[in-house]
Amino acid sequence: MAITTDPTTTDTPFGTPGAIVREDMPETGTLEITDEQALDTGERLITLNMGPQHPSTHGVMRVILKLDGEMVTDCDPVIGYLHRGTEKLGEAHRYVQVTPWTDRTDYVAAPLNNLGYILAVEKLCGVEAPERAQYWRVIMGELSRVASHLIWLGTHALDIGALSMSLYCFREREIILDIFEAFCGARLTTNMMEVGGFSRPIPENLVPQIRNFLRIFPDRQREYADLLSSNPIWMARTKGVGVISPEAAVSYGLTGACLRGSGINYDVRKASPYLVYDRFDFEVPLGQYGDTFDRYLVRMEEMRQACRIVEQALDYVESMDSPLMAYESNYVIPPHKGAMTTAEDMQRHFIWVIKGFNPPVGEVYQAIEQSKGELGYYIVSDGGPMPYRFRIRTPDFVNLAVLPHMAHGAMLADVVALIGTIDIVLGSVDR
Amino acid sequence: MAEQPIWLTFIVAFIIMNVLLVGMAYMTYFERKVMAAMQDRMGPTRTGPKGLLQPIADGIKLLGKEDLIPAAADKVVFFFAPLIVFVTALVSVAVIPFGGTVQIFGRDVNLFVTDLNVGALFILAIGSAGVYGIILGAWASANRYSLLGGLRSAAQVVSYEIILGLSLVGIFLITGSLSLRDILLAQQQPLEFGPLSLSNWYILSQPLAFVLFLIAAVAETNRAPFDLPEAETELVSGFHTEYSAFRFSFYFLGEYINMIVVSLFASTLFLGGTSGPGSEAYWGLGLLWLLLKTVIFLFFYVWLRTTLPRFRFDQLMGIAWKVLLPLALLNIVITAFIRLVSNGQVF
Repeated sequence: MAITTDPTTTDTPFGTPGAIVREDMPETGTLEITDEQALDTGERLITLNMGPQHPSTHGVMRVILKLDGEMVTDCDPVIGYLHRGTEKLGEAHRYVQVTPWTDRTDYVAAPLNNLGYILAVEKLCGVEAPERAQYWRVIMGELSRVASHLIWLGTHALDIGALSMSLYCFREREIILDIFEAFCGARLTTNMMEVGGFSRPIPENLVPQIRNFLRIFPDRQREYADLLSSNPIWMARTKGVGVISPEAAVSYGLTGACLRGSGINYDVRKASPYLVYDRFDFEVPLGQYGDTFDRYLVRMEEMRQACRIVEQALDYVESMDSPLMAYESNYVIPPHKGAMTTAEDMQRHFIWVIKGFNPPVGEVYQAIEQSKGELGYYIVSDGGPMPYRFRIRTPDFVNLAVLPHMAHGAMLADVVALIGTIDIVLGSVDR
Repeated sequence: MAEQPIWLTFIVAFIIMNVLLVGMAYMTYFERKVMAAMQDRMGPTRTGPKGLLQPIADGIKLLGKEDLIPAAADKVVFFFAPLIVFVTALVSVAVIPFGGTVQIFGRDVNLFVTDLNVGALFILAIGSAGVYGIILGAWASANRYSLLGGLRSAAQVVSYEIILGLSLVGIFLITGSLSLRDILLAQQQPLEFGPLSLSNWYILSQPLAFVLFLIAAVAETNRAPFDLPEAETELVSGFHTEYSAFRFSFYFLGEYINMIVVSLFASTLFLGGTSGPGSEAYWGLGLLWLLLKTVIFLFFYVWLRTTLPRFRFDQLMGIAWKVLLPLALLNIVITAFIRLVSNGQVF
C-alpha cells in the first residue's frame, strides 16, 4: 500500500490527510489478476467471473473466483448491481412514503421490513400501537419469516441440485402470499404496516385462512425434511461445508441463522424484545458445528417456531376486541371515516396526507429479528417531515462478508451452496 | 440368425433409427410430464392435445434459432464436436437385438442391425468415444464454464466407464459370450430346479452387478445426481454453455438417445430384453416387453432427477474409486468362483 505523505500536513489518528489509501487496489476489489500475470508468476489458477448473470447467485451478485482446478483459492464478492439508493430516497420522502421503499429492500420478507421501519418511526414519535395491532404485526411478521425461509430452502436446495424442492416451497409460500393478499391487497410489496397500527379492518375470514395454513404446513415441512435431512447426498454436500467458528461468527458481525448456526444464542426477539414477543412461548434453535447443515436445521426449526408463535398470537387475537389504531396520537393518520362526513375532519385528513407529520427532533435505532438476521433502522429527525438521515442495517449485507472466509479452500460447487446458506437477497444487500 | 440381403438390413436400420429419434423426442415429453406430476404441476399442455406436439414444436424452435459462434471459438472443432456426441449415441443402438429372426411378408427378417460377437464391448467403446464430443466442444467454446464442464466430464466418464465395464464381466463369465444376442438367448432358457422353473434373467443371478451398472450408467449419461458436467446451478450450462440452436440440440439429442440406448442395453443385459410371456409366439409382444422394460429404466432416470441433490466433484470420484470399483471387483471374483465350482473345476 503506497501512502503518499505530504510534509505540510500533520498526521491524524485516522491516517494522513490526502493519502490515497486504496490507490493500488482495483476498483472491484482485491482480486484482479489477469491470466497473463498468472502465467508470469507460474500460477496455474483460473479466474472465474461468476455473475452478475448466473443462475445461482440469487440475483445480481458477482463473485470473482480464483480456482486451482475445482478448488477455490480466493473469492471476492462484488455487490452493488441492484443499488437503488434506498437510503437517500428515504431522506427525500415523507415518513409515510418511505414504507413502500422498505418493501423493496428485502422483497421476499416485505412485512418484516415494514415492521422494522414502522417500529423505528413509532419509537421516534413515542407512539405505541394498540395491543391487538401488535399481535397482528407479530402474526404477519412470523408468516413473512416462514415465507422468506421457504424461498431460502427452495433456492438453497435447487443450488445443490434438489430440483423439486423449489417447487414444493413455492407451493406453500403461495398460501402465505394469499394470506397477505387478503390482509392488505398485495402479495410481494405489501406496504402493510402503518404508524400507530392498522387503519384498515381485518378481513373476517383471515383467521380461518391462517389456521388452515398452520394445519397444512407441518406435514409439508415433514416432507421436506424426509427429502433432505436424512438424504446422504444432501448431508455430504452440507455437513462440514462452510464451517464458521463461534469466534469468527461474532467477529464478522453475523446475525440470524448464520450466527445461531455457530451456537451463539442471540435473537433480537429474546435479547431485546419488541412488540409483544416477551409474551410468547418459543425457542431459539442453535447449531452445534456451524456448518451449512446446522444452518439448514436452524432455519427449519425457526419455521416450526414461527408457526408456534402465530398459533399463540391467533388465540389472543380471537379473544381480544380492542381497536387496531392508536388514533389519539398526532402522528397517526386521522380516521378515514370522519373525513367523508365533516369538513374539519376532511381538512385534517387532507393536510395529514399531503404534508405528513413532523416527528420530534432526535435519533432512533430500532432493531428487529428479520428472517435473515438483525434488521436495524436508524433514523435521525431534524423535526421536519422527512428523515434527516435514514440508514438501514440489512442483515444479509453484513452476513455476506463471511463468504470469502467460508469459500477459502472449498470446491467450486460449494460456493453456490455457501451463497445459499448465507441467505442473501440482493435487493437487501445493495439497497 | 438367417442371412438376409443388405437392403433389408438397411430398411431395418432405417426404421430403428427413426423410431429412436421419435422416441427421443417423446422421451423429453415423458420426462417433462413425469417431472410435472412429481412436482405438483401440469407440464406441457398447450401444444396439441395434452401437449403431445410439444417435442415437435421444440424441434422447430431449435431449428429456427440463430446459430451463434463465439468469436474466440475454435470454429472447426466447435462445428464438429456436437456431431460426435450425436453419431456415437446413434451408432451404439446397432447391436441391440429387438428380437430374433421373424417372418414378415413371407421373408426372413432379422430384428437387429448386426450381431457383433463383441456387441457389449462395442457399446462401451462407442459410449466412451462419445465423451470426445463433450471435451472437444467444451474446449473449443473458449469459455471457462465450458472448460470446467468438459474436464469434469472427462474425469467422470473415465472413472465410470471402468465400473460399467467391470459390472458386466460377471455376465460375460456366465454367458461365455460378448454378443448381446447370445446374452439375450441365454436369459430365455428357464432355470430348472426340479419342478420349479425360474426365469434366468441376470438381475436375479447378478443383483450386485445390476445395481453397479445402474449407478454407473446414470453417471455415464451425465444425468442427475451425476450431472456435474452440465450442472446448471454451478457451471451455468457446463460444456454446452456457448452452444445454441441446432448445435445445442445435437448435444441434447445425444444425451437423450444415450439414455434410451443405456436403458435398452440394461433391459437386454439384466431384464431379459424381449423375453416375457408370449414373446416366443409373437415377436410384436417381445418388442412391447422390451419397450416396457426400457420405460421402467427411463422412469427411474426421471425419478432420480426430481428427487436427489447433486454430488460434488470429489465425492463423485470418491464413490467411483472407493466404493463402486471394489464392489465390482468383488462381484467378478464371486461370480468366477461360483462358475468354477459349478463346472466342477474346484473341490
